[in-house]
Amino acid sequence: MLDIKRIPIPALIGIVLTALFVLAAIFAPWIAPHGNGEIVGDVWEPMSATHWLGTDNLGRDLLSRMIYGARITLFIAVLATALSFSLGSILGFAAAVFGGWFDTLLSRLVDLLMSIPTLIMALVVLSVLPTNLVTLILVMGILDSTRVYRLSRAVAVDINVMDYVEAAKLRGENEIWIIFREILPNALSPLVSELGLRFIYAVLFLSTLSFLGLGVQPPDADWGGMVKENKDGIVFGIAAALIPAAAIAALAISVNLVADWVLNRTTSLKGGRG
Amino acid sequence: MSSPIVKLVAQRVALGILLLLAVSVLIFAGTQILPGDVAQAILGQSATPESLANLREQLGLNQPAYVRYFQWLGGVLTGDLGTAMSSGQDIATSIKGRLWNTLFLAFWAAIVAVPLAIILGLIAVRYRNGWVDKLISGLALASTSFPEFFIGYVLVYFFAVKWQIFPGISTVYDGMPFGERMQAIALPAAALTLVVLAHMMRMTRAAILNVMQSAYVETAELKGLSAFNVIRKHAFPNAIAPIINVVMLNLAYLIVGVVVVEVIFVYPGMGQYLVDHVTKRDVPVVQAVGLIFATVYISLNIIADIAAIVANPRLRHPK
Amino acid sequence: MADSKAKSGLLLDIRNLRIEATVYPPGEAPKNIVLVHDVSLTLEKGKVLGLIGESGAGKSTIGLSSMGYGRGGVRITGGEVILNGRDILKGGKEGFRKLRGREVCYVAQSAAAAFNPAHRLMDQVVEATLLHGTATRAEAEKRAVGLFRKLSLPNPETIGERFPHQVSGGQLQRVMTAMALCSEPDLIVFDEPTTALDVTTQIDVLAAIKDAIRDTHVAALYITHDLAVVAQVSDEIMVLRHGRLVEWGGTRQIIKEPRQEYTNALVSVHEIEHQEQQPGTTPFLSVKNVTAAYGRSHIKVLKNVSVDIYPGQTLAVVGESGSGKSTLARAITGLLPPEEGTVTFDGRPLANKLADRPKEDLRQLQMIYQMADVAMNPRQTVGTIIGRPLEFYFGIRGRERDKRVADLLDKIEMGKGFIDRYPAELSGGQKQRVCIARSLAAKPKLIICDEVTSALDPLVAHGILELLLELQKEESVAYLFITHDLATVKSIADSIAVMYRGEVVRYGAKSKVLTPPFDAYTDLLLSSVPEMEIGWLEKAIKGRRMASAGN
Repeated sequence: MLDIKRIPIPALIGIVLTALFVLAAIFAPWIAPHGNGEIVGDVWEPMSATHWLGTDNLGRDLLSRMIYGARITLFIAVLATALSFSLGSILGFAAAVFGGWFDTLLSRLVDLLMSIPTLIMALVVLSVLPTNLVTLILVMGILDSTRVYRLSRAVAVDINVMDYVEAAKLRGENEIWIIFREILPNALSPLVSELGLRFIYAVLFLSTLSFLGLGVQPPDADWGGMVKENKDGIVFGIAAALIPAAAIAALAISVNLVADWVLNRTTSLKGGRG
Repeated sequence: MSSPIVKLVAQRVALGILLLLAVSVLIFAGTQILPGDVAQAILGQSATPESLANLREQLGLNQPAYVRYFQWLGGVLTGDLGTAMSSGQDIATSIKGRLWNTLFLAFWAAIVAVPLAIILGLIAVRYRNGWVDKLISGLALASTSFPEFFIGYVLVYFFAVKWQIFPGISTVYDGMPFGERMQAIALPAAALTLVVLAHMMRMTRAAILNVMQSAYVETAELKGLSAFNVIRKHAFPNAIAPIINVVMLNLAYLIVGVVVVEVIFVYPGMGQYLVDHVTKRDVPVVQAVGLIFATVYISLNIIADIAAIVANPRLRHPK
Repeated sequence: MADSKAKSGLLLDIRNLRIEATVYPPGEAPKNIVLVHDVSLTLEKGKVLGLIGESGAGKSTIGLSSMGYGRGGVRITGGEVILNGRDILKGGKEGFRKLRGREVCYVAQSAAAAFNPAHRLMDQVVEATLLHGTATRAEAEKRAVGLFRKLSLPNPETIGERFPHQVSGGQLQRVMTAMALCSEPDLIVFDEPTTALDVTTQIDVLAAIKDAIRDTHVAALYITHDLAVVAQVSDEIMVLRHGRLVEWGGTRQIIKEPRQEYTNALVSVHEIEHQEQQPGTTPFLSVKNVTAAYGRSHIKVLKNVSVDIYPGQTLAVVGESGSGKSTLARAITGLLPPEEGTVTFDGRPLANKLADRPKEDLRQLQMIYQMADVAMNPRQTVGTIIGRPLEFYFGIRGRERDKRVADLLDKIEMGKGFIDRYPAELSGGQKQRVCIARSLAAKPKLIICDEVTSALDPLVAHGILELLLELQKEESVAYLFITHDLATVKSIADSIAVMYRGEVVRYGAKSKVLTPPFDAYTDLLLSSVPEMEIGWLEKAIKGRRMASAGN
């Protein structure tokens, strides 16, 4: 059904780049030329044959740090997305199907959480919580699940009033059948593309927190943290900080391209005239 | 103005005030009732029992949470934001100048971004599906994928370091001449503009397209109106409300962007102040600044809603 | 220009018009399709030509081509459109702009959407006149008020100060006609101007349009899918199908002596032979004194409604929008529990709420919907859709289920090949057939049909009605048939309930309900259904006793 030749070029680029990032993250110890914390040269050496991307503010190999950084970035972003997605979509579907006080209570709570910018709320909470991976994933996942909740509730409410769902209710089907057999298959395509967007958001959000010094703590570093480590070099004309920043942008764009394509592919069931 | 509008606007404002109260509870709860001992978190694991007890006393932690909340809220409403733990300074005094700096920066970014985004959005609609439109939506896709610090440091790298046109660090001080001040904020304002521009443009385009595809625009075309007049007389009056909405939502987005941009350019504003004190775990400062950011954000959202209410002919001229 | 007009009397001459569009099928390269294949027509000054056909016939596309307009990427790729002696396709954009709103005006199907919500009606009505500079503002407004009066709008002096949302749908349609007439054009394109209206409102609008055309001597292209409607206003009728000309002739010839088989089918579409059955002794389903409202609202959508349904027979519930006919179906199925009254089934009361009903009761009452495409889960195959009731109610699975599905497909005159298809791959009529099969699979005693034919083209609807009657004979299933279309009722009902504002105003056997003396509302309703007869409109208007609610 899926023909590689029919995938548009932007989506293909997105798939290839995303795959490269994922492979780098998985096989980091085997790919990286040097250890993560290993000091191999002078501070901020320029790009060379031995150090393809140069060295960082402590003289560590930037390429190796980038590869290990991919690991941490993707690991946290994937877990946070998984949390926000499962939490948001399950609660959103349940709110749409059950309605009543359950729906009202959850929806008002989500309204409240969304009335404060996510970054501000995260900063407020992180000011009192211990800075570790678990806190980070929980804070990111829970704050972001509000958006998934809104989307999945809206999608499910729309589907829930369709005649075919009414027909199933008239037949006497139970809630489990209605959620999993009638609503879920039809909600999948907007949710899958939202999954991509939520993942991008998680990557950007994590990077921002780390850049502000509130995310991953040294000596470990995700890409955002590496920007922070190397940012002082910029004023001396050393571009080391731009490399991890560009990597974040590249990852986000690739996932965006893939998500865009998935959305277009699945929504145009009927095609159109234009 | 007829009464249903007044009623709706009043409702919206009342709802906003209620929301603000709820947000203040949330911010307070977020910093006070979360698991873990705040005093312990502030002082670290090596703290002595005496110093912990002292700190608890100083923070008023021995009183029940709701008492502390009402004390705090009462202070906030009378302009007393408390004192910073890390420096012992009055928070309201430290914030005043910084709030002004942040608003100054955000104002100039908005002055550039809003008209630019609307004009580019209009161009994208005019040349819909042409290369200009594709370029604009491509750039929008890219820029929503860029972290703020990427845009910021690229600007610094080229404009401050390579070409040395603008300063890479935005130092401002009281009594600084206007021209110098503008020079200092050029790069952070540009970074902020770029952060919100794409999104605002994309949403403007969608809002106008939505109006352009309605049947009454076809009616206008079939009356023989020129393309310009169709847009001016028929599309524009109906597009104002959605565009104001887009602008307000993006200005709200701008205040998040300001936090990161201020850190990048070491700009003495609210964002940097907040981040600094989160690192120092200075809870009173974080609460105060968090509440101010939330207030601005919620106010912008209320304005957006009110604009939509006022611009709706169905509400302005009830049956 | 004036010369050629005077000479020929010919206003519009379309020659070999070809119209194309690009379609984007999912997962395939975009391709060109031809919407209109070399159609030619002529229209003399002051005459009305009716363009008729089913959806996709290209009638609106042809109508709009007289203004040089193509909707949504539609392109005129061949032929000539000669208006007042010149080919307008050669005039370019500037030429189009000069003729639109001056020589040719347009009346859309939904005036509610076609008026700009931000401006007052008067400003929109006189806009084209002022734009083309044919009158001063004062003259144009005076003319508009005159037109409002001619179109019998209430408060003609002041209605122009209102905004579109402050005026009802039937009135807006007339204001739009006034807007088209205001710039005194040579030609007006009416694009299904009464289709969205209730039947009792339609007749008034139709009469107003007809009078206005007669008095102003404007020529018109009248586009509709309803032959009976177009027969009232047109001098000539052109029948179109799939973008090609089928037949073109005088109105009398087309409706009395159609020469093409397709035209004949359109003309005779409402004639179904159905012998009325006498009601049995005991009804199996009785609705007694049911009153219902949505939410906690005080407005009762159903007021003290009582009807009976007899085994194997059809009860038709007729009414306009807002009459409560669909609410009655929701009350019977338990989707909207009645506040008062009971529904008894086989001599015992049915639980009010859907959730309290046993599976067996649910099986006995099945439902078919108006929009077949949203009544089926787009992610399930026809096999799953029809097979699910078999599994659910009878526990039939596997090969046995497939066999039964194939039998059911056979019953609805569709082959086994459809079993693996998705709803999106079916035509409108096929979708509705699958829905019928799904309800039959439960072997119910009663099927509630909620406007099942109103979204379909006449010929397809005709097929569905014949199928339903056929199945009734075979399965002896009863129907509760909800519709606004009296012609359908006449073809299939055994008894009829006429509903008006939540109440049953007339109820009984079909022959009794349709025989005078009538109550005022039934009279209005019956007299409003267009008949395929020249001069019906004038007769109907003269004979009315009650004003319709939509005005």
